[in-house]
Amino acid sequence: MSSPAADEGGVEELRPRVAATVLIAMLVLATVAFSAILGDKIAPDSPFLQRLGTGDTPPSLAHLAGTDLFGRDVLSRVIYGARTALVGPVIVAAGSFAIATVLGLVSGYFGGLVDTAIMRWVDVMLALPGPLLAVVVVGIVGGGYWTAVAVLVVLFSAPDTRIVRSAVLEQRPLPYIEAARTLGLSKTRILFVHVLPNVAPVILAYVILDFAFALVNLAGLSFLGLGIEPGAPDWGRMLFENRNILFSNPAALLLPAGMIIVTAISINLIGDWLLERFAR
Amino acid sequence: MHLHLFEADPWGTTMTASNLVMFLARRFALAIPLLLIISFGIFALVHIAPGDPVRSLLGTRAADPATIAVIRARYHLDDPLPVQYGKWLSQLIRGDLGVSIQGNRAVTRTIKDRLGVTVFLTLMSSALVLGPGILLGAVAAYRQGTRLDRLVVMLGVFGISSPAFVTGIFLLYVFGVLLRWFPIFGSGDGFFDRAWHLALPSLALAISVMAIVIKITRAAMIEELGQDYVTFARSRGLSPHRILFAYVLRNSLIPLVTAAGIIIVGIVAGAIYVEVTFSLPGLGALTVDAIQKRDIPTIQGTVLLFSTFVVLVNLGVDVIYAMIDPRIRFGRVRP
Repeated sequence: MSSPAADEGGVEELRPRVAATVLIAMLVLATVAFSAILGDKIAPDSPFLQRLGTGDTPPSLAHLAGTDLFGRDVLSRVIYGARTALVGPVIVAAGSFAIATVLGLVSGYFGGLVDTAIMRWVDVMLALPGPLLAVVVVGIVGGGYWTAVAVLVVLFSAPDTRIVRSAVLEQRPLPYIEAARTLGLSKTRILFVHVLPNVAPVILAYVILDFAFALVNLAGLSFLGLGIEPGAPDWGRMLFENRNILFSNPAALLLPAGMIIVTAISINLIGDWLLERFAR
Repeated sequence: MHLHLFEADPWGTTMTASNLVMFLARRFALAIPLLLIISFGIFALVHIAPGDPVRSLLGTRAADPATIAVIRARYHLDDPLPVQYGKWLSQLIRGDLGVSIQGNRAVTRTIKDRLGVTVFLTLMSSALVLGPGILLGAVAAYRQGTRLDRLVVMLGVFGISSPAFVTGIFLLYVFGVLLRWFPIFGSGDGFFDRAWHLALPSLALAISVMAIVIKITRAAMIEELGQDYVTFARSRGLSPHRILFAYVLRNSLIPLVTAAGIIIVGIVAGAIYVEVTFSLPGLGALTVDAIQKRDIPTIQGTVLLFSTFVVLVNLGVDVIYAMIDPRIRFGRVRP
């Protein structure tokens, strides 16, 4: 993307503000990651302990975000939920870009028949209604959280391949590649030792944007009652299981819903910031 | 998804002036294999589902030999797979989508009953996406670097990060439960009542998709504003209004046409989530309900409808794109 802020004035004016929002975003993400790793230490209560006699109650001193239909502590479930909110999406982003990096490098560098074949696959994948496909396949095949993660890896790898390919195509005509070729280096060496490091920053920025998109998508599947196992403390799943207690304990819905938005915004801000820095 | 995926020429064709017709013909010809791939996938759902296809198709009905025989005959389960597909496809073309496993109702009839809500929701939402979306993107670009611009950009980040089912819950709580301005269930009768009932769902759906429109319009406008012809028009003394609306905005809408496929898919897929959030009796809620009850004929019907729609929209977008941009028509650039 062309950055029209290349003239000094715009950059000077924008930079400190951007850094402040990004800093907050990093803090938020660090907090969520902290809950994902140390959830069992910091949660005030067990996320699984049912108190059927209590049922759903609004926030109180004993339960800061109230309890759900089964009397489980909502705050503890949200803290535990950080785990499935981060782990799956990280795997989706990393996995789809691992596939995309190999396909995109080969496709962009070699061109020809390989390129055509890979690009046709990408075209077909992009012509399919991806989000709908994910809902149907996860719903029909079953298999829970990991099926959902696997389906998203495949779906995401198609557009990601296109991103890597166009980044490689930008590198191809540059003199350093010609120099490497003149030196008689092998194609694999040129690709992975010379081209890859040059496209890596852009790829990293997109991995992070994919991470946010995967988070939203996985939460969506859980919200439809697909993917993750019933009873698991997961933000999307909580929206599904608590959808009928909006009157008696709104916090049981608003807290996980807010966490999804806040986490996704933080990741997107970091991704956009990296993209702006690296992609110029 | 990511915004510069649709850069280029999806079908690898470079055109000359005489073969716009050829381009359109090829584009149509390519939609057919795609539809066949999709239909095969949908047909295969019966076999992909864990367990015996007969059991999947039987649903909650009693497994007596007579019913099983009827199902085997109805879905041609004794034939080899390609023959089964052929027969299924020919029934499909004649408008027979099979019978729901719950209540033995024709899938086409259920779809017809549910279609209205979904069409209303998606149209209302599209209006919300395009109007304010283009306006905000254009204003942000025109006032680039100001506080207003930053606000709009933040709004875009918020939209992309907030799926419709999440914003829907907040809207439902604030405007439905706390303020009681809007109804919290039902889809309403008659035009105005329905618009009132679908206002919150349409807004929830629009917010996430609007972010894409804002981002594309803003980027395109900024690029156009930097073009030489704008400087030239300014130096000739044309009014800023005329430059903005007659030239810059019009040219900036072209990338939006290219992205129309993504935008429409976003709205249609989002409708599934929104209908579930607001318990609306639409096609999306029907699909999710059918998935939870493993009602495969109904799933096949709705998914087929959704995907055919998406393929046709993408086809339409390519055709419109080739028509509106004369450079493509005359073969000066690749579409």
